[in-house]
Amino acid sequence: MARAPKTLFEKVWNQHQVTAESADTPAVLYIDLHLIHEVTSPQAFSVLRERGLPVRRTDLTLATMDHSTPTRTEQVFGGAPITIDSAAKQVRQLENNCAAFGVELFGLRSAQRGVVHIIGPDLGITQPGKTVVCGDSHTSTHGAVGALAFGIGTTEVGHVLATQCLLQRKPRTFSINVSGKLRPGVTAKDLILGIIGKIGVSGGTGHVIEYRGETIRALDMDGRLTVCNMSIEAGARAGMIAPDETTYAYLKGRPRAPQGADWERALERWRQLPTDAGARFDKEVDIDGAALEPMITYGTHPGMVVPISGSIPVKQGDPAFEKSLAYMGFEAGAPIKDQMVNVVFLGSCTNGRLSDLRSAAGLLRGHKVAKGVQMLVVPGSQHVKQEAEKEGLDKIFIEAGAEWRESGCSMCLGMNGDLVGKGQYSVSTSNRNFEGRQGVGARTLLASPLTAAACAVRGRVTDPRELMNG
Amino acid sequence: MEPIKTLRSRTAVLPTTNIDTDQIIPARFLTTTTREGLGQNLFADWRYDAQGRPRPEFALNRPEAQGCQILVAGRNLGCGSSREHAPWALLDHGFRAVISTEIADIFRNNSLKNGLLPVVVDEGTSKWLIEHPGAEVSIDLESTTLSLPTGESVEFPIEAFARYCLLNGIDELGFLLERMDQIKAYEQRVQA
Repeated sequence: MARAPKTLFEKVWNQHQVTAESADTPAVLYIDLHLIHEVTSPQAFSVLRERGLPVRRTDLTLATMDHSTPTRTEQVFGGAPITIDSAAKQVRQLENNCAAFGVELFGLRSAQRGVVHIIGPDLGITQPGKTVVCGDSHTSTHGAVGALAFGIGTTEVGHVLATQCLLQRKPRTFSINVSGKLRPGVTAKDLILGIIGKIGVSGGTGHVIEYRGETIRALDMDGRLTVCNMSIEAGARAGMIAPDETTYAYLKGRPRAPQGADWERALERWRQLPTDAGARFDKEVDIDGAALEPMITYGTHPGMVVPISGSIPVKQGDPAFEKSLAYMGFEAGAPIKDQMVNVVFLGSCTNGRLSDLRSAAGLLRGHKVAKGVQMLVVPGSQHVKQEAEKEGLDKIFIEAGAEWRESGCSMCLGMNGDLVGKGQYSVSTSNRNFEGRQGVGARTLLASPLTAAACAVRGRVTDPRELMNG
Repeated sequence: MEPIKTLRSRTAVLPTTNIDTDQIIPARFLTTTTREGLGQNLFADWRYDAQGRPRPEFALNRPEAQGCQILVAGRNLGCGSSREHAPWALLDHGFRAVISTEIADIFRNNSLKNGLLPVVVDEGTSKWLIEHPGAEVSIDLESTTLSLPTGESVEFPIEAFARYCLLNGIDELGFLLERMDQIKAYEQRVQA
């Protein structure tokens, strides 16, 4: 009897069931890689202490610090204190917990430290077919290599530390099929913003998305990571992309990828993972990639997004919409172009990779950041920072008038004190434009690195295509 | 964890849709290393003005909202970050249940693991609840029903195992630890 065709997700799920789900109990799902950071782990380690439990698989656990860490060089390397006491305490606590429980940690001054979702793929420790979890919703990023990766809460962080397993109900599957060639100036960030604009911020709730189609196949690995990163912004548990030659070329030779004969064996396994012809999804949506423009958000969730040549929509009698526009200080019907910009943030787990920095630097070369605009460039990891410096990208940013910082989550959520002021407009390459996300009263417009760089040059919302080709 | 069987309380209502976890507990309060004390900063940027004074117009600051254990909110409650600080803050403030037409996955999971009941209802029930802040409602976890003062009762979905754990005050870690033999067998199987 022929086996029923399966999706990528179903294959990874089935391979990791310690016990299958029943009507009464969820599946016990085995976790291959557990990434931890300083914000969502302290209370989980406390539970281990209370119960006298060890970290069961320290070899499958990796810690870094990113959310609360400073990005000023003098605070990371120069001995200047971390400004926020509670953040300093959180950093120390992670150091103590990792030492006490034997967990490998990339500490504040480690050359391997970085935003947790940047370092996993970059090290090659995030691999096709793995289950990856972290106490952070943007864990969906790692699905770009064909892993099943999702964010969990602190209680579940404790479950994985203690047992290497989670109790999970099987999510539903959702195929997003993208066709057509992205036009010049349109990036992976614009694609995912366009997708969220179409399916909505809860369109993926209860589902694992698989991004498919020629447009996805044509994306490089950094672009795929950007797309999967924002799956959670559509409410999805996870986003996945089937591994292919692009994935294998990206992973080959990375420090923690399989080597030699192990690599060959891994490749053989990974090639079995893509969704079988005829496999069925619970939900399907088609997206025309060729029709997309550079996209930018105008409201207070990522689904409130328009093409950069477009206008802020008019929706009468929708109090949430009106509240959102009032917070942003925008008028319904006004063009988004030429709106004021005070701050530009280039970085985050969405767009803090080397190709993001290259793309923004390419546009900035020979230009200056507009007077009165602060531009903060925060590489996603220390490794990305070193690679960018080898190419001289840091000099382009500094000569343009931007600030070049050490890695971290930084202004994406402002936990470390890198904040946007009240009422200020920030064009940000991050993932969330929620009220207050970048600081109390801060107004965030999400966009691609290319668009962010163009906005920095003009000090106004600018279509990057106006500054390209010339 | 204390077992939960029934809950009867007046409701506080925040009709806004897509209330994200950054609103429930802003990121600057996440530099804590414990679970306690987050309630004072619940909805901090909506609840307090720049000087830290309570905004009288905010629903949770109204006298009639004091002591309410059930929060009714607009569609897609708890979207955004995975911070478990969100249910911790709601519980610390005194809430024991949240009601919406749609509750984001991670927030719902986190709520169940801490004894904050996530109750998903239909549009009609939600509309009635939003239009009647302060209504005295009861939630019965045994029969998974929400009863309104109109006499109407609606069933709500809840994952069977989470319900069992909540009704019996059992925590899931204990259940996982009891399966250690199967976990070890799995590890041997995949290594082979």
